[in-house]
Amino acid sequence: MSELTLLLIRLAFLAVLWFFVIAAVGVIRTDLFGPRTAPATARKPTKPAKPVSKPKRGEPRQMVVVGGPLQGTIINLTETPITIGRATDATLVLSDDYASSRHARLFPQDGQWIVEDLGSTNGTYLDRSKVTRPMPVPLGTPIRIGKTVIELRK
Amino acid sequence: MTAAVAESAAVPMTAKRRGAQLAMLGFAVLVVMGAYASVGLGLDGKIPAGMLTYGLGLGGLMVAAYLVLARWAPWADPLLLPLVTLVNGIGLVIIYRIEQSGRPGASSTTQLMWTALGVVMFSATLIVLKDHRALQRLTYTMGFVGIGSLVLPLLPFIGKEINGARIWIGIGDTFTIQPAEFAKLALVVFFAGYLVAKRDVLALAGRRLLFIDLPRVRDLGPVLITWGLSLAVLVLQKDLGSSLLLFGTFIVMLYIATQRTSWVLIGVLLFLGGAILAGQVFDHVTARFEVWLNPEASEFYDRELGGSYQLMQGLFGIGSGGILGTGLGEGHPYLIPLAFSDFIFAAVGEELGLTGLMALLMVYALIVERGLRTAIAARDPFSKLLAGGLSFLLAWQVFIIVGGVTGLIPLTGLVTPFMSAGGSALLANWILIALLVRMSDAARRPPPQAIQDEGLTQVFQR
Repeated sequence: MSELTLLLIRLAFLAVLWFFVIAAVGVIRTDLFGPRTAPATARKPTKPAKPVSKPKRGEPRQMVVVGGPLQGTIINLTETPITIGRATDATLVLSDDYASSRHARLFPQDGQWIVEDLGSTNGTYLDRSKVTRPMPVPLGTPIRIGKTVIELRK
Repeated sequence: MTAAVAESAAVPMTAKRRGAQLAMLGFAVLVVMGAYASVGLGLDGKIPAGMLTYGLGLGGLMVAAYLVLARWAPWADPLLLPLVTLVNGIGLVIIYRIEQSGRPGASSTTQLMWTALGVVMFSATLIVLKDHRALQRLTYTMGFVGIGSLVLPLLPFIGKEINGARIWIGIGDTFTIQPAEFAKLALVVFFAGYLVAKRDVLALAGRRLLFIDLPRVRDLGPVLITWGLSLAVLVLQKDLGSSLLLFGTFIVMLYIATQRTSWVLIGVLLFLGGAILAGQVFDHVTARFEVWLNPEASEFYDRELGGSYQLMQGLFGIGSGGILGTGLGEGHPYLIPLAFSDFIFAAVGEELGLTGLMALLMVYALIVERGLRTAIAARDPFSKLLAGGLSFLLAWQVFIIVGGVTGLIPLTGLVTPFMSAGGSALLANWILIALLVRMSDAARRPPPQAIQDEGLTQVFQR
């Protein structure tokens, strides 16, 4: 085995090692930003068959926790309602003495997301007003539940 | 088109990425087999016979782990398993390489067997623990288990003192384990459960000093108790590494839970105080400090016990590796006495050079990143704290041992996660990864689907 071959093997191995790291970063990248070319085009024809509509322009796609202990948590909005409370089966589980076990619910209706208080002890606040009946949630308006503040974002 | 783009942008987290995981897993196994071949070519110019057995052994284990993961945690993070496979495999290769050069104590067959047991533990954890929040109910049990296993080696008959540290328990001389490795996991679970319950109180601000809100004096209890516990580990078991690991992890979890910088400050001050005190009072700690400050002094280099001979051999090794390394199988890592366990990083540094070390550190960083990402994505506070704590535990462990081997901080006897020879650590770290995988599965799983659309009572399917 000549010196040159060994040198080449050594360099090739280091290159492969780094290529592995770069491939791993690539997987993370796809996870964060989605695939570069949308593979959903193939599946697309089946989607419009559903009666429920896709989020259109100007409609919220994410629920973001902007304040409180769970700050930074993002939940993607789909067609399913989101429950918030201390119960472990809630979509967003709070550990807040001011929150009830089933505190509030967010659900989509006619392209809008509606917030509904589920009879909580300390109330749910949309911006500054208490939620007494189901109310539509505009984009970027804070919903306060105990110490937690959430917002809908695009 | 816009709809398709919008869709992919709207739900980037819900992709399972099973294909990407399998591809990366295959890639990792290929890299490891390449490393085996490279070792053989470097040592005696031919591809070693062990390449296929070890490579296929590792590959078979990982396929098994992959199948378990696909069945019991389908939404889990796609990168954790491949990244761990790579570091574990590289560790196997380095141990194999040192075994080939004839140093007693290094055995790649034993390490492969422990890896297999690790994968079994990984699978068992995933299968048994369907919901990690069950651990929250075991908070105090875990606390007792953790402290209990720390104390075990101190008991007569079953406790053993090897290489100056009393951290082993065993029956006879053949079968020994280090319970401290498992104690770390139990204690992180305990810290997470405890802090979820108590963090509101601990976050209360007391007096304000300069720019920092100090906590109230009566809330200092938990920190002082953990401090005392880690000092006890240091004094009674002479285990510097575990002591540092335990206290650092607690402080960081306290910081994650309360978001108060003052706790970190208090922790660092307490730790420095403890370290200086221990350095003055206890001989074995003093020796570590001396060796760290002047490893090249001949009086320390020649000292029989706790000298700097090994540290200097490691530094020489890393130095002779340079930027690109000497090539696998072409250096002299067997000159370092513990090159297969504590000093495996120096062995890698010699044969793969700075480039290889950086790649490995990147892999560790990516594992930790995936863990912290899981913590951010988790939907309940206990999972957030547990995932954050476990990721930090891994990162902190890598920092302590790499810092020690390279002379940045005093050397403490810790294993490099997944790489060093040693069964207990390997098992414990595989369980740690299983917990992270379990939590990332829960975090990335799409929100529960409602069976009924409307109505006051809702049934949720999980």
